Order: sequence, then C-alpha cells, then structure tokens
Amino acid sequence: MQKTGGVLSLRRITKRFPGVLALNNVSIDFRKGEVHALLGENGAGKSTLIKVLAGAHAPDEGEIVIEDKTYDQMNPRLAKQLGIQVIYQEFNLIPPLTAAENIFLGDMIGNGFTINRKAMIKETEKLFASLNIKMNPLALVRDMSPAQQQIVEIAKAISKDVKLLVMDEPSAPLTLSEVGAMFDIVRALKAKGVTIVYISHRMEELFEIADRITVMRDGQYIGTMNTGETNRGELISLMVGRELTETYPARHVEPVETILEVSQLSGYGFSDISFSVKRGEILGFSGLIGAGRTELVRSIFGAEPAYSGRIRMEGKDVVIRSPRDAIALGIGLIPEDRKQQGVILRSSVKRNISLPNLRALSRFGLVNSALEQRLAQQYKDSLHIKTPSLDQLVNNLSGGNQQKVVLAKWLARNCKVLIFDEPTRGIDVGAKQEIYKLMCGLAESGVAIIMISSDMEEIFGMSDRIIVLCEGRKTGELQKSEFAQERIMELASNH
Amino acid sequence: MNLIHFFRRYGIYLVLILLFVSFSLASEAFLSTTNLLNIVRQVSVLGIAAIGVTFVMIAGIPDLSVGSQISLVCILTSWLMVNGGMHPVVAVAGGIASTTLVGLINGYLSIKLKIYPLMVTLATMIIFAGVAKMISGGMAIFGFPQQFSLIGQGYLGPIPIPVLILIALSALGAFILTKTYFGRYVYAIGGNEEAARLSGIHTTKIKLILFSITGFFNGIAGIVLLSRTNSGQPNAGVGLEFDVLTAAVLGGVSILGGEGKISGVITGVLILGVLSNGLTLLNVGDYYQSIIKGIVLIGAIALDSLQHKRRKAKRAEQVQAVRVSV
Repeated sequence: MQKTGGVLSLRRITKRFPGVLALNNVSIDFRKGEVHALLGENGAGKSTLIKVLAGAHAPDEGEIVIEDKTYDQMNPRLAKQLGIQVIYQEFNLIPPLTAAENIFLGDMIGNGFTINRKAMIKETEKLFASLNIKMNPLALVRDMSPAQQQIVEIAKAISKDVKLLVMDEPSAPLTLSEVGAMFDIVRALKAKGVTIVYISHRMEELFEIADRITVMRDGQYIGTMNTGETNRGELISLMVGRELTETYPARHVEPVETILEVSQLSGYGFSDISFSVKRGEILGFSGLIGAGRTELVRSIFGAEPAYSGRIRMEGKDVVIRSPRDAIALGIGLIPEDRKQQGVILRSSVKRNISLPNLRALSRFGLVNSALEQRLAQQYKDSLHIKTPSLDQLVNNLSGGNQQKVVLAKWLARNCKVLIFDEPTRGIDVGAKQEIYKLMCGLAESGVAIIMISSDMEEIFGMSDRIIVLCEGRKTGELQKSEFAQERIMELASNH
Repeated sequence: MNLIHFFRRYGIYLVLILLFVSFSLASEAFLSTTNLLNIVRQVSVLGIAAIGVTFVMIAGIPDLSVGSQISLVCILTSWLMVNGGMHPVVAVAGGIASTTLVGLINGYLSIKLKIYPLMVTLATMIIFAGVAKMISGGMAIFGFPQQFSLIGQGYLGPIPIPVLILIALSALGAFILTKTYFGRYVYAIGGNEEAARLSGIHTTKIKLILFSITGFFNGIAGIVLLSRTNSGQPNAGVGLEFDVLTAAVLGGVSILGGEGKISGVITGVLILGVLSNGLTLLNVGDYYQSIIKGIVLIGAIALDSLQHKRRKAKRAEQVQAVRVSV
C-alpha cells in the first residue's frame, strides 16, 4: 500500500456476521481535506464500514491506520479522541434542549460544579460563525427544521477536534435549497482540512461535492475514482456489476386477467401511484430504502390511511379503511418486519396460524380446537414448517420458518392478492429457495403477488414485471425483456 | 426446564402450599373449616375484581381505577336503594351497569384520545373517587332492604354465596379466555397488537369491550362488598387496585400482556388471603402486613421482568443477526 498522506486508512478490513460476510478485505485511504464519497446499493457494506470507523463494530481482520499508528479496532471513545465523528441519518439530539446545550452535552464548559452558560453560548456562536451560519445558540432543537438540526449536529461534531467526519445520507431530510447550504458548510470544513466521508444515493450530489468516489458492492471494495474522471454510467455499472447466481423456479402461466388496480394513490411517503396486477402474476417493486414502497403497500392493505386515489378489486371500486377490509376482499400482507408485525413471538405456531382464521374455526363464538389443530397441521406439512410441535413458541423458530408461519396465516384464507414485503430478508439460503417455490406455486394457482424486494437478484429472478419507485413516486415500469440492473439503479436514483 | 421457568409455572402453587403448611403449624386456629371458609369469603371481592382486571391485563392494559370503581358502585347502589327507594335487584343492575359504562369511558379515553391507559385510569381513579364522595356527601349510606344482605352474607348449604359467585365467575372468565375466539384475540392483542391488527382483528373494538368487561366485574365485586358490609362507604374500594394487581402478577399475568390464566390469578388471590389471615392470627399488625404485601408484589414483578429480560436479550441477539444479514 502506497503512502498517500492519508489521515486514515483502512487496511484489509473484514467483518463477518453469522451467515454474512459484511465486509470482505476492504482497503480505503481517506486523504486529508478531501470529500470522499461512498457509493453502493443497499447492503453493499457502507453502514458496517461506518460502524467499524466509529468503533461500534470491531473488525474480524484488518487494521485501521491513523497517522502512522495502527489499531486493530476502534471503540467509540477512542474514535472520538482520534477525531472521528459520525453524523448518522437519525440525529442524536435531545429535542427539549437548546442548540448550545446539545453541542456541549457531556462536555459542558464550567468549573466542574456549575455550568458557564455564557462561555457555552459564546463558543456556540463561534462554531456557527466558522460555518458561516447565523443561528441562535439558545434555540430549542425541537423547534428546528431538519436542516437546522443537522447544523447543530455538524457544530457538535466540530466542537471537538475533528479530523474525519462521516455524513450518512446528509441530504435525505433536506430540501433542494438546503442541500446547497449544506454543501457550503461541507466546503468550509474541507477548507479547514477536515476529511469528509460522504454517503449518498443521489449521484448528482456526488458529482457536485465529492473529490473522490469509492464504490462498494456486496461487502467488497470495487474501486475509487476521481470524480472528474468518471461518469454516472460507469458508477452504476460498478455498483451493480454482479452475476445472478441464485436459481429461480420457472413458471408456465401467462397472466391475463387483471385483479387489482390502483390509480393515483397518495399517502404518507408516496404520491400519485398507479399500477395494476393480474392473477398469476408476480409484480416486483424496486427502489432504494425510503422510496415509499412499504408505505404504499401498507396503505393498499389498509394498515395506514391513504390520502387520495382509487383501488379497484376484480373490476369493482372498493374502499379499504382497515386491514379487516383488505382481508375481507382477499388481500393478505406478509410484512417486512416479521417479528414486530407478522407474528406473535410469545404465542404458539398453531395459534399464530389460526389467528386470522378464528372466526371460520368457531361456532357460536367457541373455537373448535380439533379443526384448529387440523388446519395448523395441514400448513405445517404443506409448507414444511420445521418445528418440534405445533405448540412451540414462534420465538423459538428460525427466520425462514417464522416466515412460513406468516404465509400459512394467509394461505388458510385463500387470498387472491398476496403482498410480500421483503419476503426473504434475514432468511438463510435454503429456506429462501423454499419461499421462492411457494411464491411461484401460488402464482401458478392464480394468486396475484406483489413483491417488494431490495435484493436485485431476487426481484429479477421472481418478477414478471418491475415497478420502480423513487422518493415516493413511480419512476418506471419494466417488462421482463427490459430488466437490467443499470436501468433499475438509474430509475431508483433518478431526480 | 430451568429453575426460573419451573418457578414461573408451578411456583405460586408451591408458595400457596408453603404458606398453608407454615400457618397450620404456627397457629392452631388456622386449619379449621370455619377459618378456611372465612378466608375464601374474605377474598371473594378481591377475586372477582381480579378476574375482571385479568382481561385487560392480558391485553397489555393496566387499570388503576379498580378501587374507585368499586367505591363508586357501592355508593351508587346504596343511594339507589336508600335515597331512590328502588328494589335491590334494580339498584344492583343499575350499579353494575354504571361501572360497565365507566369501564367503557376508560376505554374510550385511552383509545380515541390515544392516552396511555395507565394515565387514563390514574385520572379516572381520582375522578370516580370524587364522584363517590360527591354522591354520598362523604358519609356512609346504610339501611338497605333485608334481602340485599343475602348476596354477601348468605350461605348455600355450608358455602358462602360470595364464594359461589367467585367460583362461577372464575369459570366464566376462564371459559371466555380459553375457549372463545374473543379470548384468543385478547391474548393476541397483548402479545403483539400490530400483528393482531394486521391479521384483521378489530383491536380497538376488542379493547373497548375489555374495558367494559373489567367494569362489569368491578360492579359485581362492589355489590358483593356492599352486601357483606351492609353499609355504603365512599372509601370502600380504596387501595384495592393494588391488591388486584399484586394477585394478578403473582398469578402469572405478565405486566406486558399476552400471558396469564384465571387459575393462576385465583391462586394469587388465595395467597394474599392466606397471608393476610395467617398473619392476623399470628397477631402481626396491619402496618407490618402492608409492608409484607409490598414485598410480595416486588418479588412477583421481579420474577416477571426477569423472565422477560432473558427473553428480550435472546430476541435482541436474533434481531441483531437479522439486521446485519440484510
């Protein structure tokens, strides 16, 4: 590794989590006073990398070199001492306190007994001035806009001696004009010799602010480019350039009959979305995290209210105000957050499966436990749910088997439309294949499937059609013949 | 099965037996038929209220207004009989209807206004106590028709009627919770309300019903208490909410909801009854009894949260693994 005058170098960093290689032999040099962008798809390893820098994760292999000193790992204290600061997407501010109090939190200026308020206010003013910002140090954080809160975060970071500042999606909560102001701050920091590690999905921004861009993919370092010597197309192909390895079951039914039509639906996090799905079809929804996909399907399912728009089911206008309405129409949702929304962890396999079906299993309000047992047994067998008994708590099952339990809940209701939100997240490879087979089997039997997935392979392998969302809007719809990773990335980060 | 697990499942029965044996050895008077019947008669009011509270607690909802609801029904029923000159049956029906409605109000406030139930019932606890004092002018109301005392003081054969009511209502509560789909919904809401909602359960409706069920049971508990004391005291139910909570948690109802059985709760009620009776027989004063009850409550809650912490730690590990693998 050559000497580049880097303030901080990562060398051959590897980090494993059970079943996943999150970082694979990653080496990056960060130079003094540069804006260094990290680019990659969801799951490329950027977050893990930040956490290694901040000392939240200890790498399994590799070392971190800071000014000729080598460290096996960081810890949060050490990282701060060495001048590494991270501004996460979720701000770490205390809303009822003032800007000054937040900036000096844990490090109050005073004599060890009383706080010197005046000195703190003065220091805060100086910090703001150094960023060319006019802001009241006594303003309460809870009254601030996200942009102002971000300034407080930045001021907090530079109130200590910062050498390397990591900014995770700093433009995400900002309006366009605010982004410009944020860039001015970044440039001011850069002029002071601070190194900025800048993470963003918005490629235009990188071309505006970054000096160099490092692309990561699947936990691996792909390459670092000088911004002036690369272009959008090259970056996208570096980000997605992977072979599809998983195999997906083939299907032989040509979908014709439209069952669900959504027109101009708007709600929290998405607006003006129109699409339709046919019986026997698997419709994929692609997009970056936060594109509004989950919010959209939750609104279709009645879990969150929609503001406006129409939904037609089997040619008839329908009103869906609650999950009960959706279920009555034959729509089922397999939610993204299985443990929080899909299953009741402290309840048995049998009781989880029977939950949406209890009315059908009851007479005069009494649950027929023999019928219940039979139903649960039937789906345990047909879905191959691996559990020692139907009375086992769902908490004790693996992720894949928990997902099958969620699926069983809806299969028993003979749903016509099934919505899968990240169906194989956190599920091991073998169980993934089983879930895919089940989904394809359902489609062949005439169920319309809507699938949200952030896994490119999965969405290509499974979908008949893909709709891409970006920041709450539909930016494209691709037929099977048009599927290309570059195209999807383009649409997903399109502005 | 580890020790905590074992204790959680069978511990309360062991505690009850242990208390029983110790008091039998320590006091001759304890193990007489009269005294034992006395214990069950004494706990019947607590037991009836505890069954009602079990319903909301399993759904994960705390209710602090139990005692005040009981005071309210005592005063209201007394007033209807004495000042209103109503027939006891009508007055009793009116009393029970009032607490059922009051439960509904609790539910409405916490669901529609989205206020945390602990806070709602803390507020209504104060309000209902105030209403009871207002109706009675702070004085006891007495002079009920003769036949009214039958409910709390009568016997059917050798068995006191309050005990029969307790047994009947326990059976009813257990039946609803274990055999009906409504009962399943209660556990589901307590276990994971969002998952229950996404499974098509009308969670707000069920919760409203639960609040009124609790009110209904409080009404019956209040009537039994009133009939036993034969005098409508505006402070009749003061402090009962804590005994009810202690009994329920002792009996294995999780303070987080999702778990609990009527049989356990009744055992918890009996433990409190035996403890109080035995200590009184041993001439342990009220002040000390109160201290001991508090310690028992802490013990029960500690055991409950200990188990949840272990589970939570285990879950956090899994969640971490899942997050990372995404």
